[in-house]
Amino acid sequence: MNLDLARWQFAVTTVYHFFFVPITLGTVWFVVGFQTAWYRTGKEKYLRLTKFFGKLFLINFAMGVVTGIVQEFQFGMNWSDYSRFVGDVFGAPLAMEGLLAFFLESTFLGLWIFGWDRLPKKLHLATIWAAATGTLLSAFFILAANSWMQHPVGYEISASTGRAVLNNIGSVLFQNTSLLAFTHTISASFIVAGSFVAGIAAWHLSKGRHIDVFRPAVKAGAWVILVAAVAVSITGDLDSKLMVQQQPMKMAAAEALYQSADHAPFSILSIGDLSGENATRIIEVPGLLSFLATGSFDGRVEGINDLQAQYVQTYGAGNYVPYVPATYWGFRLMIGLGMVSALYALWVLWRFRGGRAPRSKTFVWISGLITLFPLFGISAGWIFTEMGRQPWVVFGLQQTADGVSPLVTTTEILISFIGFTLIYAVLAVFELRILLKTIKAGPAEVSSVDPFEDSKNDSDKNLYFAY
Amino acid sequence: MDLVTVWFILVAVLWIGYFVLDGFDLGVGMLLPIIGKSDVNRRVMVNTIGPVWDGNEVWLLVAGGATFAAFPLWYATMFSGYYLALFLILIGLILRGVAFEYRGKKDDVAWRRNWDTAIVVGSVLPALLFGVAFGNIVGGSPIDSITNNVTDASSFNFVGNFFDLLNPFSLVVGLMTLTVFATHGAIFLALKTSGPVREASRSAALRIGLVAAVFAVVALLWAQTFSERVLVTLPLVLIAAVLWLAGLAATLRNRDGWAFILSAATIVLAVSALFLGLYPNVMPSSIDPAFHLTVFNASSQSYTLTVMTVVALIMTPLVLLYQGWTYWVFRKRLTSEMIPS
Repeated sequence: MNLDLARWQFAVTTVYHFFFVPITLGTVWFVVGFQTAWYRTGKEKYLRLTKFFGKLFLINFAMGVVTGIVQEFQFGMNWSDYSRFVGDVFGAPLAMEGLLAFFLESTFLGLWIFGWDRLPKKLHLATIWAAATGTLLSAFFILAANSWMQHPVGYEISASTGRAVLNNIGSVLFQNTSLLAFTHTISASFIVAGSFVAGIAAWHLSKGRHIDVFRPAVKAGAWVILVAAVAVSITGDLDSKLMVQQQPMKMAAAEALYQSADHAPFSILSIGDLSGENATRIIEVPGLLSFLATGSFDGRVEGINDLQAQYVQTYGAGNYVPYVPATYWGFRLMIGLGMVSALYALWVLWRFRGGRAPRSKTFVWISGLITLFPLFGISAGWIFTEMGRQPWVVFGLQQTADGVSPLVTTTEILISFIGFTLIYAVLAVFELRILLKTIKAGPAEVSSVDPFEDSKNDSDKNLYFAY
Repeated sequence: MDLVTVWFILVAVLWIGYFVLDGFDLGVGMLLPIIGKSDVNRRVMVNTIGPVWDGNEVWLLVAGGATFAAFPLWYATMFSGYYLALFLILIGLILRGVAFEYRGKKDDVAWRRNWDTAIVVGSVLPALLFGVAFGNIVGGSPIDSITNNVTDASSFNFVGNFFDLLNPFSLVVGLMTLTVFATHGAIFLALKTSGPVREASRSAALRIGLVAAVFAVVALLWAQTFSERVLVTLPLVLIAAVLWLAGLAATLRNRDGWAFILSAATIVLAVSALFLGLYPNVMPSSIDPAFHLTVFNASSQSYTLTVMTVVALIMTPLVLLYQGWTYWVFRKRLTSEMIPS
């Protein structure tokens, strides 16, 4: 009971937190790009884009920050035996994330938000670069920590305490698993942010509004999606081959492949039993799974049943099969929703080619929806990755059931689970309302006066920005 | 000095940094209804901490992360043990953080009033409960071994419940942090504003500051009964008390800068005294000294501590430098005339 509740709580708080993360991770770089363009060219449209997307970025960032605080502490709350077991290794990247990334992003964002009239233009531009660098560093360290749970390296098990002990920080931070998780997640986040920017810009353009301002944005968004889609495919391909070596069960569960097979097919759609055991495959590409897993269409992919037998031999009796419906559909949603974005990007580039900005009610709708597709896709990808690792919390070392806090009561978990879920739900309503209101309002007019010079001349001037 | 002691000091430094910095912006948050009688005055208050509160709060996250990395058993036992208290703190911090960003997003009286309430609740809860939590660390918690292997600190767990946390000593410590942070916030506001907000802040600082002095004297003297080295911690506490009163005197005499330095110094000394009184324990057990979590049995191994020492020694001065610069950039006093409509 406690285990299930603790897992649900972790799922709800983490999936929710991760709605804000990819949007901010990518959008901040659009803000960097627009502000740099403004600094270089002095063109007003770039300043308006900077402010408009900066505002949307901050609305999301605030939610990312506050839900992130929970992340830092809930390992200790619900997963104290996990924390005891891995703290020596897992704590290090977490502490580094705080010292190198959180301080950087929070401090420099404060400077950026309130500093328009307090810093010269160039220095003000530098603050958003610093904050954006902080978000990247943050992603790097937390993904290194997660990668260690997927594929533990650079540690030994202490003979005296039985706990994992770090012996090589370099391999924890820079192992292949970690580098691929980083590049894959970052490029996927750029698809999310690209769709966010292109979708919102196209939404306005298709209503015939702010044509001059949003044309550069829609193009920037679409090109970022396309470049990121290529990067996501390459890193995803490398990642799946690595997964076959490191967590073969996860790959088998991704396809619901129960029997080992050469020339294993990949089903794009299937119906029937959700577990895939008796599913009818509707669309199937022969040999594709073998190719994804091994790089050869005739490669051998081990199935769930064989792997279960192998795992029993290695780790002792137990059920080592993850919940297959989640892995099967998570994997497909991730890829499918990402591809929809790439197609949308091509469509956008065609539609708005040359100087065109055609109006269309349908395209308004599609553009509104497209901002959500890759967001659900990246979320599905992470649900697949995490659920595919089960029953392990640290692959091969500790099972999730053994990581839960031994003495925290069911009542306590229920209180915090319900409490977080309720407050997150209420905040989601506010955040969506504010987000939509800001999107609809569009980019505000800007004054051509340099706020920094202006406030130097008149020190009692109104603050350029205030809460 | 051995590495575990270095890390005990570093964790203490992070908590001190958190209490000094977020201490005043929690204080500003709590004082919204007391000092900010009009919306524009409340906006003046919120904007004094606007550029810095998030950076201040990171000290808490890093204190948490550093405890996880350097003393995993401390991290695990404390946060699973003080579960509901931490839950309430987190709810408070969530409400507060969102409220700062969202309160100005709609020009509507009810909207703003609701977010202001969120800021007050979200500031009071952490300010009070961090004190309660520290009181429980200092005064000892029911920590027991839950397996037969009593020498294995991994088996040490908090065996009490939420109501055990609400003991008289810890509640007094909580009231101390609550009132000290409120005063610290008022002193900060006096330093960062001019006009009516500054006047109201000075008077609030003096009134709440005296109440805080009473709670602090009771809590800190009581804490001496748990101290491992009274000869060191008692003088520190006494000096802290003198500095606090000097800070209030400085407020009275319109020396805002000095008042802030003195209230910050008081917090530094008081928290240092609590940590020094604790060492080498990190979470003493009220059941049996055999179950004390100490820097020795709760820590990571030397490799991790060495790596983290290098990172901390490089990064902490850098962070202090750029955070300090932020305070310089936003050094100007705010008035209600400067708030754009």
